[in-house]
Amino acid sequence: MNLTLKIWRQADAKTKGKIVTYKIDDVSPDMSFLDMIDMLNEQLNNKGEDPVAFDHDCREGICGSCSLQINGEPHGPDTGITTCQLHMRMFKDGDTIFIEPFRAKAFPVIKDLVVDRSAFDRIQHAGGFISINTSGNTVDANAIPINKHNADMAFDAATCIGCGACVAACKNASAMLFVSAKVSQFALLPQGRIEAADRVLNMVRQMDDEGFGNCTNTGACEIECPKGISLENIARMNREYLSASLKG
Amino acid sequence: MSGMIQSSIARKVAMALSGLFLVLFLAQHFFINITSVFSAEAFNSISHYMGTNPVVQFVAQPILIFGVVFHFIMGFILEIRNRNARDISYSSYNGSANSSWMSRNMIYSGIVILAFLGLHFYDFWIPEIVHKYVESHPEDTTRYFGEMVAKFESPVRTGLYVISFVLLSLHLLHGFSSSFQSVGFNNKYSKGLKGFTVAFAILIPLGFVFIALFHHFNQ
Repeated sequence: MNLTLKIWRQADAKTKGKIVTYKIDDVSPDMSFLDMIDMLNEQLNNKGEDPVAFDHDCREGICGSCSLQINGEPHGPDTGITTCQLHMRMFKDGDTIFIEPFRAKAFPVIKDLVVDRSAFDRIQHAGGFISINTSGNTVDANAIPINKHNADMAFDAATCIGCGACVAACKNASAMLFVSAKVSQFALLPQGRIEAADRVLNMVRQMDDEGFGNCTNTGACEIECPKGISLENIARMNREYLSASLKG
Repeated sequence: MSGMIQSSIARKVAMALSGLFLVLFLAQHFFINITSVFSAEAFNSISHYMGTNPVVQFVAQPILIFGVVFHFIMGFILEIRNRNARDISYSSYNGSANSSWMSRNMIYSGIVILAFLGLHFYDFWIPEIVHKYVESHPEDTTRYFGEMVAKFESPVRTGLYVISFVLLSLHLLHGFSSSFQSVGFNNKYSKGLKGFTVAFAILIPLGFVFIALFHHFNQ
């Protein structure tokens, strides 16, 4: 396949970026999307040009590192996958492909397609944990009976890899799906209930402080989430938040 | 509690509750208006009651006006905050791939509804206030039907009303069901509730369109 790539290039966080057009030929439909960018970078290297910086790590849809907005959709046109799982067979010969970083004020661009998603880390630090004594007297988690339905929902929420596709897809750059998944995975389990009120208040406060937008329930985040995190988690977080706030 | 008032979740809950309140008002307004199609006497009788009952006039009406103003101001505040949350726009943004047009354009349908409310107040509310509290007229319990029908003589005004009701329908198609999600209601009943909200969002504005056209063509 011969393709035209329109890629966001930005030298560093302080420099203004722009879309730069590249032509790339002989792309195999069996390549992954990141393999295709590797191929482009090899060509740029050979010409002495600066290669395109992009985030990647595991390349098997687990780590949440890859973060590209491809033709206006986070992780590209396929569903339930990360960018590293996207294959070039999803495109046609002669296509023009826009490749941009995940856009949000809370995700500033570091270079080219690499964005700083440490806002998610700070939200996690604000409450995405349980305090447990590991001095040797800890009760085995499997010894605590847990309703199967709740266990399944907690597990589903815990599959969030924190890639930021929800923020990128949302017209408001809202992080509610991410935060609600982290709130839910603990709130649904007995070990997490103990700190549930403080957790939701602190994580939502941190989310707001980071400058993410408000959720307007468009549902774009749920559709684009590579792990299929449900909007039910946002409703649960809203309930948890209201309950915790009203209890003072 | 002070943190709660500033929080994004509290704001969306406030938006949802004020929206649900306005939906209730809309339903009540529709059921009064539809009587005008069947009986001028019934319409006059209900209108006179609503226009002279002190509880409606001095308790319900100020609450309603507050609800409308609150919903619009909060809507604009949230829109500004949301736009600020993305400082650089995408060169390519495929919103239709993952969300409905209605959900992405609530601010625009809302602005049309706001403009319509301006026209509606100019047509009915302001003349009513002037009639009751500024000028002195002998009590006439049969004037309401004739005054209302006269407004729909103009094809331009009738057209503006119809366009506004279409936008109201689009606004409700997302907003009504969205408000339940905002207050944390998302469970096994949500699918049925969604069906009800969609039916309401289509049928009630359609009913208002019917009333406007009925009186336009029955002058």
